[in-house]
Amino acid sequence: MNQAIRRMKTDTVTLAHGGGGKAMRDLIEDVFVAAFEPDGMEDQARLTHAALASPGSQLAFTTDGFVVSPLEFPGGDIGKIAVCGTVNDLAVGGAEPLWLSAAFVIEEGTDVALLRRLVASMRAAADEAGVRIVTGDTKVVERGSADGVFVTTSGVGVIPAGRNLNATRVQPGDVAIVNGVLGDHGAAILAARGDMALSVEIPSDCQPLNTLMSSTCDAVDVRAARDATRGGLASALNEIAEAAGCGIEIDENALPLRTEVKGVCEILGLDPLYLANEGTLVLFVPEAEAEAALTAMRATDAGKGAVVIGKATQAHPGRVIMQTLFGGGRIVDMLVGEQLPRIC
Amino acid sequence: MKYAEEFRDPKAAKGLLAQIATVIDEIGATKEKPVHIMEICGGHTHAIFRYGLDKLTPEGLEFIHGPGCPVCVLPMSRVDECVELAERPEVIFTTFGDAMRVPGTQKSLLQAKADGADIRMVYSPLDALELARRNPDREVVFFGLGFETTTPSTALSIQQAAAEDLTNFSVFCNHITVPPPIKVLLDDPHMILDGFVGPGHVSMVIGVEPYRFIARDYGKPIVVAGFEPIDLLQSVLMVLEQIRDGRAEVENQYSRVVPDEGNPVSIAACEDVYEARPTFEWRGLGEIDSSGLRIRGKYARYDAEEKFGVGYGKGLTRFIPEPEGCACGDVMTGRLKPRQCPQFGTGCTPEMPLGALMVSSEGACAAYYQYGGVEELEAAE
Repeated sequence: MNQAIRRMKTDTVTLAHGGGGKAMRDLIEDVFVAAFEPDGMEDQARLTHAALASPGSQLAFTTDGFVVSPLEFPGGDIGKIAVCGTVNDLAVGGAEPLWLSAAFVIEEGTDVALLRRLVASMRAAADEAGVRIVTGDTKVVERGSADGVFVTTSGVGVIPAGRNLNATRVQPGDVAIVNGVLGDHGAAILAARGDMALSVEIPSDCQPLNTLMSSTCDAVDVRAARDATRGGLASALNEIAEAAGCGIEIDENALPLRTEVKGVCEILGLDPLYLANEGTLVLFVPEAEAEAALTAMRATDAGKGAVVIGKATQAHPGRVIMQTLFGGGRIVDMLVGEQLPRIC
Repeated sequence: MKYAEEFRDPKAAKGLLAQIATVIDEIGATKEKPVHIMEICGGHTHAIFRYGLDKLTPEGLEFIHGPGCPVCVLPMSRVDECVELAERPEVIFTTFGDAMRVPGTQKSLLQAKADGADIRMVYSPLDALELARRNPDREVVFFGLGFETTTPSTALSIQQAAAEDLTNFSVFCNHITVPPPIKVLLDDPHMILDGFVGPGHVSMVIGVEPYRFIARDYGKPIVVAGFEPIDLLQSVLMVLEQIRDGRAEVENQYSRVVPDEGNPVSIAACEDVYEARPTFEWRGLGEIDSSGLRIRGKYARYDAEEKFGVGYGKGLTRFIPEPEGCACGDVMTGRLKPRQCPQFGTGCTPEMPLGALMVSSEGACAAYYQYGGVEELEAAE
């Protein structure tokens, strides 16, 4: 590897950069390899890890595609989401994320400078989460066949022996805790699109949650966790209620919401329970361990705003009920259709 | 959140609920012989269910959900015409989001979009105008839909298009007005209504005067109301007090937003741009005289009906009966409660709506479904 690194010779990506020739090598070496620093230039990553050899540990493997418009928004961009999303999918399953792959579908005409920013942002997010992006792929498609850049990341992690997070373990009496405010990402994307001329800047909550999950799992028996991405908290809770076969009751008064997010929801007639998040999770712990869980969560950056929002119940199995400000109970159903056009 | 949370204060609500219970007793209303109050506006229906006010008010009070959800009273033939316009290759069809899922005879706008029609969701007709400026080689059509709350902004977009001499912008005007269907309901011999909660945001535009006939000619009280739970409870109390005292007046609870005379600038813009159609079809209610608006001749080049030769104004509209088994009409007129419809929750859900009342979140059926009590839902299953 003593040869000089190849450099991009244009300011925008053209179909030639997907053609498999010299231009493609320019793009890969200059933009991607420079930022991700894989070991060697083989088409596959070859990895070893001590934790994999320890008895009782499990390999965790997940994948996720990312399509966001706009590509950059306050608090993040598609690159950061692509890393955090997959890291968080591993983390809420109890895994310690280790390695990611990243595949890019790039629309012809995309600015190379933009691509560089996205890749740098992925590297920063990976560093923050303590994971490495070890392999990848690029494809270039004709203008109009994709919206800027689509990213798919897959992730591998290790679930330490003895850790068992599973929605079926949630039992009546367990308490539900979120790590912070709800709906920031969905509201941030809406505001950033500029369609609404909302003069408010809400940063996305996009952040890795693996440190938070790992310290909480070390401190208490986390029965199950879900990151509240598409479909918001409402969908995450419904999934758990269904899998666990118990009811879930949440308290409207307890839900942490930014005033700006409430305002955006009021103006546009949206329900913050269904807004997407990219750095917010809900987890269930036995009631006796709730305080310890809160302490462990609040000691991490991503968990400073941790609060109890409700509990699992024997009553109305499979359903999520919210006690409203007025004391009535209402059903919080899964999202029907979509609240917003494409946000993550 | 300022100007919202004060009007959601549970303590204030408790006080109002106690007063409502007292007045209901003074009137002598019971579960068997309840007072019937219609909230005209879909926004009010939504708020009543979202906050569970129907559960908290005494049994002697029954809410009847009015025809004030523009998506719900949109006839299927109108949706078909929208699809027809949207599928023209030169057209960018723009619409408010909640009209996207209303089923037409063949498809909804959402399905038409998936089939390749260029349909864009906008939050204001001014966004559609901007699209027209940016796409001079395309025809941008805005689907003008809604009551007096949305008519002024559509009127302004037409005035603005005329001022700029834009040639590729037009409005498919299906705007409707609130008072005529109220008159139809009041003329119904089976009418059981004792009073009305009036739509506050409509009055923000037209003022309170257009409701005068309700009190004067029909002897029914009406209180123009805001949309927060405290607004609604206070308005219900004001209606009940009128009933108890034998009064029939137009009162304005929402005076922090609604001036009695409305908004003269909006009224003037609407006067300039629209005239009443002789008659207009409402889903579930049929043809109602002078209940729809069309674009005046002087703005004909911004009228999509004229430009493309489609729609109501061209006499090309067919009457399309409701789908088999759909009881939206009966629910809309208060003859049936949503849950009494045989299709409710089985053949008709927000996911696969059969009738329009299940489509919009302001529709009575969708509100029942989304926010209905846990006990009822579990009992029904």
